[in-house]
Amino acid sequence: MPREGIKIRIPYERLTKEQVSQIHTASLEILKDPGLLSFNEEATELFHSNGASVAKVSTDGSPCWQIKLPEALVLSAVESAPKTVKLGARNPENTLLMKGDEARVYFITGSETNIWLDVDFQAYIKKSKPGTEVQIPEFLPRRGTVADLCKSAHVCEHLQTVDGYIRTVNIQDKDITEDNKDVNKFFASLNNTTKHVMSGLTTLKQLDNVIHMAELIAGGKEQLKANPIISFITCLVKSPLQMVNDTTHTFMEVCRRGLPVVVSSSPQAGTTAPIKEAGIMAQINAEVLAGITLSQLVNKGTPVIYGTVPVRARMDTLGDSYGCVETSQYHIDCVQLARFYNIPNYSTSGVCDAKIPGQQSSIERLFSDIVVTLSGPQFLHCAYGLLDCNSVFCLLQAVLDDAHFQMIKFFLTPPVIGAEDLEQSLKQIREVITTPQKLFIQHIRSVLRKGGVSPAYPFEGNLETDNVFALANDRMNELLAKPVEHIDSATIETIFKEIPGLLPRLNTNTK
Amino acid sequence: MSQDIISLLKENVIQGRKTVDSEGIDETLTGTPGVIELTQSAIDNKIPADVIIGQGLTAGMTVVGEKFASKEYFIPDMLASAEAVGAAMELLKPVLEASNVESAGKFVIATVKGDMHDIGKNIVAILLRGAGYEVTDMGVDVPEDEIVKIVKEEKPDFLGLSALLTTTMIEMGVVIKALSENGLRNSVKVLIGGAAVSEEFAGEIGADAYCSDGFHAIRVLDSFQKAKA
Repeated sequence: MPREGIKIRIPYERLTKEQVSQIHTASLEILKDPGLLSFNEEATELFHSNGASVAKVSTDGSPCWQIKLPEALVLSAVESAPKTVKLGARNPENTLLMKGDEARVYFITGSETNIWLDVDFQAYIKKSKPGTEVQIPEFLPRRGTVADLCKSAHVCEHLQTVDGYIRTVNIQDKDITEDNKDVNKFFASLNNTTKHVMSGLTTLKQLDNVIHMAELIAGGKEQLKANPIISFITCLVKSPLQMVNDTTHTFMEVCRRGLPVVVSSSPQAGTTAPIKEAGIMAQINAEVLAGITLSQLVNKGTPVIYGTVPVRARMDTLGDSYGCVETSQYHIDCVQLARFYNIPNYSTSGVCDAKIPGQQSSIERLFSDIVVTLSGPQFLHCAYGLLDCNSVFCLLQAVLDDAHFQMIKFFLTPPVIGAEDLEQSLKQIREVITTPQKLFIQHIRSVLRKGGVSPAYPFEGNLETDNVFALANDRMNELLAKPVEHIDSATIETIFKEIPGLLPRLNTNTK
Repeated sequence: MSQDIISLLKENVIQGRKTVDSEGIDETLTGTPGVIELTQSAIDNKIPADVIIGQGLTAGMTVVGEKFASKEYFIPDMLASAEAVGAAMELLKPVLEASNVESAGKFVIATVKGDMHDIGKNIVAILLRGAGYEVTDMGVDVPEDEIVKIVKEEKPDFLGLSALLTTTMIEMGVVIKALSENGLRNSVKVLIGGAAVSEEFAGEIGADAYCSDGFHAIRVLDSFQKAKA
C-alpha cells in the first residue's frame, strides 16, 4: 500500500482552460522559434536525428547549437511519458504513487543548503520582572556536515507529514570530495530513513555506484526497478532555454538507467524569464517540455516528473524571492500545466525569504504551503526547515513545519456529511435541548477518539510568553532520541565492501 | 464481590461512563454497568459510603486528573467523569445523610444580572459536583436580591459568580455589596470567574478569589478547606 498523501478533491486553479491552451501553444511556438540553445553535442544529435532542425551557433567558448523542435516531436514525447510514476522506498509502505491525473499531494523535504542552523536557548532575566527568567533562542549558522544530514534524515523519518526525503544539507566535511560526495549523501539518507530518497548528483562518475548501492538495498536490479527507492533530479535547462552540457549529460545517463527523474527548470521572472506571468509560464513550460522530450528520446518510457521551480526576482537585490505572492501563483499555474499533460508534477512551496525561524518565516511558508497544496501537485517539495531562500536549513524549523502540515492535512480531509450523520445530529440536538445545561459536550468524546477533532497546535504555550521554539526544540530532541530503522547489517557490510568512498564513520554496524 | 464493584466503579469513573449506555474511552466496558448502576449496586451490597467515595469515585477522579494533567485526557473526558461522579453523589445523598457524612461543601453558583452566558458556569458546576460539592445552580441573569435570598436561606459555604461581559461584571460588585449590607458577607466565600474578570478585578470588588476555570476553582476551594482545617 502506498502512502496516502492528501487527495485534493477540487484542486484550486488560477488559469482558465483557454489560458492553459494558449500557454501550451506559446510554449510549442517557443520551442520552434527561437528554440533551445544546446551546449551538449550528444543531445543535439539525438534531437537532430529525430527531426529537430539544428544550427551551429558561434560562441566565444563552448560549442553550441540552436535546436528547433517540431511540435509533433514534443507531443509524441508527452504521449510516451508515463502518466503514473512510482517512487519506491526501503519500507514499501512509504511508496509514493503519483498519477498525473490525480491531485494527490505528497510532502517532500529538501533541498540542499550549505548552511545548517543550530539553535541554542539562552536564559535572560526580565527587566520589568526581575524574578522572571525567559528563554530566548539564538540561531547559530555553520557549514553542514554528513552527521547533520544523518540527523535530518532521522528526524524526517519520524515527522508524520513527511512523505519522502530530499537531502536538506550539503555535506561539507573535510574528507568529503567531489568524488565521494554522492555515495555518502545517498548512503547517509538511505540509512536514516525508510522513506523515498531523491537527490541530484554532484558528479556523473558516481551514478553507477549510487545505483549499485540502491540495488544492494532493494535486493537486486529487478527489485530496484520494481521498487525504485531512489530517484534523481536534474536541472538540465538553464533559463532562458539553454541546455547545459554537464547536467544534460547527467540527465541522459539517468534516463538510460530507467530510474525516475525530475526534469526541473527554475527561471526567475524579471531576469531569466519575462516578468509577466504569461511570459514566464510559456517559457518554463517550454523548458520542461524540452527536457521531457529528451528523456523520451533517450529511453522511451522513462518515468519523468514535470518539475518546476519558478520564482520572481526581488526588486531590491534581483535575488530570488520565494516568499513573494507571485512565486506561489507561478507554482499553481505549473501544477495546472502538468495536469494538462497528465504528467506528475514536482512543485515547490514553503521556501521563504526569512533568514531565521520567526514570524516572517511562518507567514511566508504557511501562505505558499496552503495555496500550492490546494492546487494539487503530486510531488510537493515543501521545503521543511529551509530558510533564506535555499541556503539555510534549520531542523527546528522542520519540526515546526510538520505541525502546520498536520493542520493543512486535517483541513483537507473531506467533509463527513451524510444522511446517517445528519440523523445522529438531529437526535443529539433534540435530546440536548431538553436538558437543563443544553450542552453537547458528552457527544464530543466519540468523535474526538476517532480522530474527528483536529489536535491543538502542539507548541501552544500556557503562559503569556510565546514558548513555540522551546517546545518545538523539545519535540525535536524527542524525535532524535527515537530509534531509526537502519539498513540491515549484512547489506551494510556488502555496501561498504562494494561501494568505494564511503566514510567509515557512517557504518552503523561498527557503532 | 465488594472489591470487584469498587474496582469497576473506579474504572468506569476513569472511562467517564455514567450509565450502562454510555461510551467510554475505549470499547472494553461497552454495554456493562456504568457509574450509576455500580453505585446503586454498591449501596445495595451495603458497602460503606466512605469506601464507595474514597476507593471508587475519588480514586477514579484522581486518575482522571492525572491523565488530564499529562494531556492524555481532554476537558470532555474530565467532564464526563465529573458528571458521572456528580450523579453518583446524588444517589449517595440519602446514605450520607443517614450516616452523618458531610459533603465537601455547599456551593451556590449563578451568572449575574444582565448576562445570559452559562457555558463556563455549567462546566464549573459539573466539575464541582464531581469533586463532591453540593451545587445549587441558579442559572443566568440572576439579580442580586435573589442571590442574597438564597445565601440567607441555604447558608452555602461558597458563592460562585460568573460574567462574560465587561458590561455585566460590575454586577458582581453589586452582589458583594448587597451581601455586606445584609450582614452575610462573612458567612460565605465569594469566587468569581468568566472571560471579563481578573484577579485584579476580584481584589477591587472584594471577592475572595478569582478562578480562571473549573479546575482552578477546585484548587482554590481545596486551599480554603486546608486553611479552615
